[in-house]
Amino acid sequence: MNLEKVVFGFFIVFAATLNFGFVIGEIDNPMHHNATELFFAIVVNLIATVLKFGDRTQVGAVHLATSLVADLQLLAAAGAWAYAAYVSPTGVDTGAITTIVSLSAGALLANIISVVMLIVETMMLRR
Amino acid sequence: MHPNSAILLILRRMRAPLIVLITLYAVSVLGLTLLPGVDADGRPWHMSFFHAFYVISYTATTIGFGEIPYPFSDAQRMWVTFSIYLSVIGWAYAIGALLALVQNRAFQNAIAMQRFGRAVRRVREPFYLVCGYGETGQLLCRAFDHLNRRFVVLDIDPARIEELELQDLRIDAPAITADARHPDNLLMAGLTSRHCIGVIALTSDDEANLVVAAATRLLHNGEASILCRVTRPEIADNMKSFGIGHIINPFETFGEYLALAIRSPGSYQLMEWLTSTPGATLKPQREPPRGHWILCGYGRFGQAIADDLQVEGIDLTVIEPDHSIACTSQNVHGVGNERHVLEQAGIERAVGIIAGTNNDIANLAIVATAAERKPDLFTVLRQNLQSNQSLFSTFQADFTVRPAQIIAHECLGLLMTPLLARFLAEVKRRDDAWSDAVVARIAQTCGERVPMTWNVALDGRGAPALEPALRGGAEIELNALLRDPTNRQERLNAVPLLVLRAGQQHVLPDDSFALRTDDDILFASTRTARARLQGTLVNVNDRDYVLHGRAQRAGWLWRKLARDPQSVAP
Repeated sequence: MNLEKVVFGFFIVFAATLNFGFVIGEIDNPMHHNATELFFAIVVNLIATVLKFGDRTQVGAVHLATSLVADLQLLAAAGAWAYAAYVSPTGVDTGAITTIVSLSAGALLANIISVVMLIVETMMLRR
Repeated sequence: MHPNSAILLILRRMRAPLIVLITLYAVSVLGLTLLPGVDADGRPWHMSFFHAFYVISYTATTIGFGEIPYPFSDAQRMWVTFSIYLSVIGWAYAIGALLALVQNRAFQNAIAMQRFGRAVRRVREPFYLVCGYGETGQLLCRAFDHLNRRFVVLDIDPARIEELELQDLRIDAPAITADARHPDNLLMAGLTSRHCIGVIALTSDDEANLVVAAATRLLHNGEASILCRVTRPEIADNMKSFGIGHIINPFETFGEYLALAIRSPGSYQLMEWLTSTPGATLKPQREPPRGHWILCGYGRFGQAIADDLQVEGIDLTVIEPDHSIACTSQNVHGVGNERHVLEQAGIERAVGIIAGTNNDIANLAIVATAAERKPDLFTVLRQNLQSNQSLFSTFQADFTVRPAQIIAHECLGLLMTPLLARFLAEVKRRDDAWSDAVVARIAQTCGERVPMTWNVALDGRGAPALEPALRGGAEIELNALLRDPTNRQERLNAVPLLVLRAGQQHVLPDDSFALRTDDDILFASTRTARARLQGTLVNVNDRDYVLHGRAQRAGWLWRKLARDPQSVAP
C-alpha cells in the first residue's frame, strides 16, 4: 500500500462527496443547501488540485484540468452566494440559490470525471 | 530535458507549502464563523463565510482594516490572534520554500536550459555549433566573432561558460553548460536546425568528439561540415569509418609541418605565408637543419613528431622519464632538463632539440639547459597553456608549437577558405623550386606583407554581376577579370592560385584561362584588390567597365536620353 496513493484518492473522493452533498436537494430551496458544506467542498477541492501539481503524464494533465474546472465552478458559486447575500437587494432568493446550486452541480460533474479516472487508473494497474 | 520542466518543478515543489497554506486559511475562516459574536444591537451573531474570509484575508497579509462589520467579541479576538500567528507561519513556510527553489541548482539549470533553447531557436542566420570552449574553442570563437559569424557553444565546465559571458564579443552567443556526449543536448543546441552549417568538436576528450561527430552525421539532415579535434589515432580511425573528412590532430599537423620545413624549406615558407594573419610581415626564419635531433617527451605529441621525422630519415634520440613507454631504438630514460641526461642523448653532436612534454615549465627548462650547453641549437618548444604566453614569447625559440592555435587555424581555414587546404596539399607534393617561384610571384604582385587568401564561387551568390553572362556562354578570360575597376589599364594585385571546376583542380591557372559558371577560384591578393575584384563580381557598372570599357549611365532618365539606351563610350 502506498500512502501517497491513499492521500490522493482520499482527497479526490472527498471532494466529490462533499460537492454531491451540497448539490443534493431541491435546486431552488435555500434550506436544502448548507454554506459550510460548500466551504469545505472548496477547501478540499483546492487541496486536491495542489496534489495533482507537477505530474508529467497525460493522465496527470487531465486530472489537473478537471480539478481546475471544479475549483472554478465552486468559487463562482461561492462568489454568487456572497453577491446575493450582501450586494444584491433581494438577498438569497430562489433565483440566486438556483444559480449557486447549478454552478456547483457543474463542479460535481468534473469531480465525477476525476473519480472515474482514478478508478480506471487503478484498474489498469492490476497490482 | 523537457521544455516545460521549470514550471513542472515549481508546481511539484510548491505542493506541500500550498496545501499547508490552504489548510491554515480554511481553519482560520471556519473558526471565525463558529465563534459567537454580538451585533450592534447586542444580539448573538455569527460571522458569515464571506465576512470571515474577508477578515482573514486582510489579517493574514498584515493589512489589518480592524474589526468589521461589528466590534469582535473576546472569543473572536482570541481566535483572530491565533489565526494571525498561524498565517504568519504558513506564509513564511511558503515563501521560504519558493526562495529555496529559486536557489536550487536543478531549478536554475532548468531555467538556463530553457533560455538557451529559446536563444538558439532565435538565431536565424547560419551558425556553427562549437562543442568545447577550451583554449582552442576560445580562439576559434573570437575569430568567428571577428568575421561576423554566429555560433553556439556547449561546454561541460561551468567556469568556461561564465568566461564566455564575460568576454567582450560583439554578438551574444548562446552558451550552455552541458555534456556534449548526450545527443539531447546537441539537439537542444540546434544540431537539426536548418541554420546549423557546421559542427566543431574541440573537447579535450577524444571520445566525446567522436560522439559529437557520429551524432551529427546521423542526426543532421543537411550538409553540415564536421570538424573534429583528435589526438589518438585509433579514435581517428573510428571517425573515418563514420565518413568524417575533417579530422584535426594538432600533433600530427605540427609533425608534418616540421618534417616539411626540414625537407623543403621553400614549401614550408609558402605555406607559412599563405596561412599567417593577412597584413603581417614575415620575419625570416631559421631553417631547421638536418642531422641529429633530440626529442624530450614521448607522449602523443612526441610519437607523432618522431614518426614524421623518421620518415624524413632524421637521426633521433628520445628522452622519456617513464620506463613503461616503449620508445624507438635510441632512447634515454630521464628528464630532459638534467645535464647528464642531455649528454647521454648526444647533445654534443645534436643540431636540434624538441621540448615536447605536456608541462610548459619543464619544456622551458629543457630548452634553457640545452641552449646553455650548445647555444646554436635549433629549438622547438611546445606550449600547452595560453596563460604562459608571456614566458614563451620572451624565450624566443625557433619554433613554438601551440596546439590550440594549430587547431583553430585549421578549422578557420577549412571553413572559410576550403580551397586553400587543396592548394596547400598541392604545395606539399611539389618541390622547393616550384614553391620559390610561387612565393616570388606573390611577393611581386602583393608586396612583402602576408596576402589575403580567399575564395569565391562564380555562381548567382558569389558573382551576381558576372553569372548571367557566363551562363549565356560568354568567354571571359581570367586576364580580363583581373583589371582594376578604377582604371582598367592597370592590373589588380591579385594572384589566382587555384580554380576548382567540377571536382577537377587547375593549379596556378594562366591569364588566358577561360572562366565558366560555377568555377571556384582561390586568390591571394591585397585587401584593396579583394574589395575591387568583388566590386567587379557584384556591381553591373563595374563589370561593364572592366570587361568592355564602357561606363553605363546609372539612372533610367540618362539612359533614355543617351542615344545608345544601354551604354555610351567613356
